[in-house]
Amino acid sequence: MADAFIYDHVRTPRGKGKADGSLHEVTAIELGTQVLRAIKDRNKLEPKLVEDVVFGCVDPVGEAGADIARTVALKAGYGKEVPGVQINRFCASGLDAVNLAAAQVMAGQKEMAIGGGVESMSRVGMGASGFGIAVDPSVAIDTYFMPQGVSADLIATKYGFSRDDVDAFAVRSHKKAAAAWAEGRFRNSVIPVTDVNGLILLDRDETIRPSTDMQALAALKASFVQMGEMGGFDAVATAAHPDVEFVNHVHHAGNSSGIVDGAAAVLVGSKKGGKAAGLRPRARIRAFATVGSDLALMLTGPVDVTELVLKKAGMTTGDIDLFELNEAFSSVVLRYQQAFDIDDAILNVNGGAIAMGHPLGATGAMILGTVLDELERTNKQTALVTLCVAAGMGVATIIERV
Amino acid sequence: MNLTNFRFETDADGIATLIWDMPGRSMNVITPEVMAELNQVIDHVVASEAIKGCVITSGKEAFSGGADLTMLQGLRDLYVGLAREKGEAAAMQTFFDESRKLSLLYRKLETCGKPFAAAIHGVCLGGAFELALACQYRVASDDASTRVGLPEIKVGLFPGAGGTQRVSRLMQTGDALQMMFKGEQIKALPARNSGLVHAAVPRDQMLQNAREWLKANPQAKAPWDDPKFKLPSNKVYSPAGMQIWPPANAIYRRETNDNYPAARAILSAVYEGLQLPIDLGLRVESRYFAKILRTKEAASMIRTLFVSMQELNKGARRPADVPASRLKKVGVVGAGFMGAGIAYVTAQAGLDVILIDRDIEAAEKGKAYSHKLVSDQIMKGRAKTADRDALLGRITASADYGDLKGCDLVIEAVFEDPKVKAEVIAKVEAVVGPRTIFGSNTSTLPITGLAEHSQRPKNFIGVHFFSPVEKMLLVEIIMAKKTGKKALAMALDFVRAIRKTPIVVNDTRGFYANRCVGNYIREGHLMLMEGVPPAMIEAAGKQAGMPVGPLSLNDEVAVDLAYKVLKATKAQLGENAVDPAQERLLTEMVETHGRLGRKNKKGFYDYPEAGPKRLWPGLAELTKNRLDPELIDMQDLKERLLVTQALEAARTYEEGVVTDPREADVGSIIGFGFAPYSGGTLSYIDNMGAAVFVKLCEKLARTHGERFKPNRQLKRMAKTGESYYGSAEKKAAA
Repeated sequence: MADAFIYDHVRTPRGKGKADGSLHEVTAIELGTQVLRAIKDRNKLEPKLVEDVVFGCVDPVGEAGADIARTVALKAGYGKEVPGVQINRFCASGLDAVNLAAAQVMAGQKEMAIGGGVESMSRVGMGASGFGIAVDPSVAIDTYFMPQGVSADLIATKYGFSRDDVDAFAVRSHKKAAAAWAEGRFRNSVIPVTDVNGLILLDRDETIRPSTDMQALAALKASFVQMGEMGGFDAVATAAHPDVEFVNHVHHAGNSSGIVDGAAAVLVGSKKGGKAAGLRPRARIRAFATVGSDLALMLTGPVDVTELVLKKAGMTTGDIDLFELNEAFSSVVLRYQQAFDIDDAILNVNGGAIAMGHPLGATGAMILGTVLDELERTNKQTALVTLCVAAGMGVATIIERV
Repeated sequence: MNLTNFRFETDADGIATLIWDMPGRSMNVITPEVMAELNQVIDHVVASEAIKGCVITSGKEAFSGGADLTMLQGLRDLYVGLAREKGEAAAMQTFFDESRKLSLLYRKLETCGKPFAAAIHGVCLGGAFELALACQYRVASDDASTRVGLPEIKVGLFPGAGGTQRVSRLMQTGDALQMMFKGEQIKALPARNSGLVHAAVPRDQMLQNAREWLKANPQAKAPWDDPKFKLPSNKVYSPAGMQIWPPANAIYRRETNDNYPAARAILSAVYEGLQLPIDLGLRVESRYFAKILRTKEAASMIRTLFVSMQELNKGARRPADVPASRLKKVGVVGAGFMGAGIAYVTAQAGLDVILIDRDIEAAEKGKAYSHKLVSDQIMKGRAKTADRDALLGRITASADYGDLKGCDLVIEAVFEDPKVKAEVIAKVEAVVGPRTIFGSNTSTLPITGLAEHSQRPKNFIGVHFFSPVEKMLLVEIIMAKKTGKKALAMALDFVRAIRKTPIVVNDTRGFYANRCVGNYIREGHLMLMEGVPPAMIEAAGKQAGMPVGPLSLNDEVAVDLAYKVLKATKAQLGENAVDPAQERLLTEMVETHGRLGRKNKKGFYDYPEAGPKRLWPGLAELTKNRLDPELIDMQDLKERLLVTQALEAARTYEEGVVTDPREADVGSIIGFGFAPYSGGTLSYIDNMGAAVFVKLCEKLARTHGERFKPNRQLKRMAKTGESYYGSAEKKAAA
C-alpha cells in the first residue's frame, strides 16, 4: 500500500455566519474557489496533477448544490481535466474528504488529490438540504433523534459536567484562540478572502471573544430547555438513557461551536505525486477510521473512533503528541478528555470551534491543518484529529510528521 | 334504490336529503350494508339530473358513533382465514382491498361531481366523522350534545377512511396530529373555529343551512381538489416543517413510549400523505391502516377496551333473575377522602346520600369535597351553579346513624381496622332494614372476615373503589363466602348508576387489583435493593406501558401503607410470606428516615415547593449494591415489571378470585393502568402464548427468584396450548 502524504493546506478565516458577517456577501462557490486557487498558486502546482477534488459540504443545495467540488475546481482554474466530488458526513465531511483523497492515493489509484470542504452557513443555512432522519417518523423515532444541543446536554448530565464546567471550557477556548492569533500561529495557513478587486474582506477569524469570562457566560440562558421540555426531546433522551432521571441543560451559544462561513483545502499525494509536483511532504496520514456510535448521545463518536483508529495504527493515546477534537459543544470535549484522561496541554492547544466557529463541511480539513501547523511549530511528531458527527458517528485521522 | 338504513327524499329545489336511521338500533353505525346503500345513493345522486346536491343527516338523536368495530374484527379474521387457504400474499392483497373500501367509497362521494353536505347533531365520531369530512360542507348543531372527533386511537386503531389526510389538510399539522393522538371529541364551536366544520347553528336551522349552501355551491369541490390548494402548515420539507416534525416524533415517544403502533402510523400517514396528492395520500393511509388492523395491539385493545368493557357495563355478571334494584338512597359511613368521593359520585348520579362521620364537622368536611369538585367543573365551564346546588342538596351530612334508615345501600369507608369496621357494621345494622345491602370499601381486609361481624352476611359485599373515586372508572365488587345474589345485583346496579365499570371477584387478601399492583411495587423495591439506579426502575415501568413507575406509585399510595401491609402479611402468614429485602427497604424508609410518600413530601421522591419532584438522592445509601447502568438490560426490567403482575393475575384466576378473563383485563387497565396496549394482564399472556410466558417466568425465576415460578394452571396451559379466552369461550359455549 502506498503512503499518503500531506503536502500543503490552507483555509479561509471563519466569518460570522449571519447577515452581518464579513463573508456573507461571498458565495459558497467563491469561498471554495479561493482555497483551491491558493493551493495551486502558492505551490506553483500544475493543476492537471490533481486527479480529484473531494469536498465536504453538509447542505449542498442552492448555490452549494449540484457538485460544488467540480464547480469550484473549474472556477479556480484547475481545468476541465480535474474532476470533483462532493460528500457529506455532516460535521466530519471535511476530514472525510481528506481521508477519501488519501484513500485513493493509498490504493494506488491516484497520485495526487485534494480533500477539503466549504460551508456558507450564512447564505445556505443549516438544514437547508432537508433532514429526513429527523423528520420522517419511520426512522426518527427508532433512532432517538434529538437536536444536537439536547444530546450535548445529555452527555453533560450523564457524565457529570456542570454548567460551570462547560462554561470554563468555553472561556479557555476563546483565550487559546486569541493567544494563537496574537502569536501568529495561523499565519501560514489562513488566506485572506478578497473581493473581485483584491480588496480584503476578512483575514482573521471573526467570532473570537478574548475578553469573555465566566460572568459573561453565566448571563446566557441555556438554549435547549424549551426544546427539551415542550419539544419532547428530554423524554427521548431519558428513554434512550434511562439511568438519567432528567436532562440538565447547560449549553448555550457561548459554549457551543459558532455558526460561521469558511472553506479549507488539503493537498494530498503519494511520494511519486509529490515528486512530480516538486513538493516536499509535511506529514504522513498514518491511519483513519469511521464509526457509528450511540444515537441518542450522538456526539460521543470521537471516543469510539479514537479507540478504533489507535488500534488500526497500533498505537495508544500515549503515542499521540497532540489531540485535536472539534469543539461542537463543550461537553463533547470534556467527555473525550474524561474517557482518555487527556491533559489540557495537548488538546486543542490553539482553541477550537467554540471560539472560531464550525463551518460544517470545512471544519475537518481546517483542524487537520491547524494541528499539523502546531506539530511543526513545537517540533512534535504525532497528532490525532477527530470530530463528532450527527446521527451518531465519529471520524478520526492520525498524522505523523515526516 | 332499495334502502333500509336510510331514507332519501328530494325537495322542489333539487336538494336531496339522506336520513341515516338504522332500524332496531339506538345509534347509527357503519356496516357493510350501510356502505352498500351509501354507494347506491351516490350513484343515484349522480344519475338524477333533477338532483343538485345532497345533505346527509341522521334520523336519530346522534349522528353516528362510527364503524362497527366487530366488522373490523371480521376483516382481520378474513385475513387469517385467507392466509391459511391461499397463502400470505394473496390474503394480504384481498385484505388490503377490503380494508380500504370505506376510504374509496368516501372518495367517490367527494369526487362524484355533485356536492354533499353533512348536517351533524349529536356525536359524529370515527368513520362517521370521516364521512362528514368527505362532504364538501359540514354544518353542526350548536347543541351541547354535538361532538365530532376521531377517537380510533383509543382502541389501538387510527382514522383509516381518509381522516388522517383530510384533517391534516384542514388544520395546522401540529393541531391535526394532536387531535388524532388524543382522540378528542370536539364541540361544535371549537370545531368550527378550527375548521373541522364550516358552521355551527341551532339544531332547527341545520338542514336549511346545509340546503342553502348546496344550492349556492353546485360546483363545490374539496379544497384539496383545487389545483391551487396550499397545505395549512406549508410543505413538510420547509422551515415550518422542521419546526413541526422532529418535535412531533419526540412527543410521540414521550406520550406512548413507542408502545402504540397506531399512533406511530398516524405520524407516518400524515408525513407521507402531505407530500402526495390526496388520492395517493389516501392510498398510503390505507396501507398503514391495513397494517395496524392486523396488529395484536389493535385486536387486544378493541376486545378489552371496547367489547368487554361494554359487556361488563351492561351487566354481564349480574344475576339475571334478580329484578332491577330501586336504588334511591345510599348511605356512606366515613367522610374521609374515599367516603367523600363515593358520596360525590353517588349524588352526581342523582341518588340521595347520607354521609355519616363521628361528628358533624367531619361529615360536613366530607360534603365540602363535593362542593369543591363541582366548583372546579363550574370554573371549567362544564357545570352550572344550579347543578352544584342540586348535587349538594342530595347529600345530607350527619353524625347520626339513625339517618341511615331507609337506605337501600350503605357503604362504609372508615379506617382500615377490623375493630372499627365491626363497630360500624353493628351501628348500621341496628338502624337499617333487613333488605339493606352493606358494602365495605376496604382495600386490605378480607371481606369474609368482616362479614362475620354482620347479622346478615347474605347482604354483605365488598365495594372497592379506587382513588381518586371521581376519576377512577373501576369498582371491584368482592363476594364474601356468604354474599347473596341480591347483594351482588344491588352492588352492580349501583355501579351502573354511577357510570363506573364493575368487576366481580371472590374474596382473598388484596382481592384482584391490589395483588397485581402490590407485585408491581414490590418488584420496583427489589430492583432498588439489587442496585438498579432508581431512575432506570422508573423508566422501565413507564417504558413497559405503566402510567407511572413503581416508586412513584408507592409514593402516591404511601410508603407506610406498603410497610403496614407487609407487616400484617408477615404477622398472619409468617416469615416466608414477605421478601426480606423489601422488608429492609420499607423499614429503613419508614422507621429510619420517616419517608412516607407524597403525603409528607418525602418518599422515594423529594417534592420541592417549586419545580418537579426528584428522586431522593438518599436512595443510593439504602443498599450497598451498585449495578453498572450500561450493563443492565432494560428489556429484562420491563419484563419483570409486567410479568410479576400478569403472573399474579394468572394465580388469582387459578384460585377462582377472578373468574372471567374479560374482568381480569378490563380491571387491570382501568384499575391500575396495566399496559393498555397489551389488552390487560391475561391478554398479555394469551398474546404471547402460555408456553412462551411460562418459559419467560421460568427464566425470570432462575435469575431473580422463586416469586416468578409459574402456577400449575399456567404450566398445564403451556402444555395443552390453551388460552384464557379460548377456554372461557369454550366454557361459555358448553
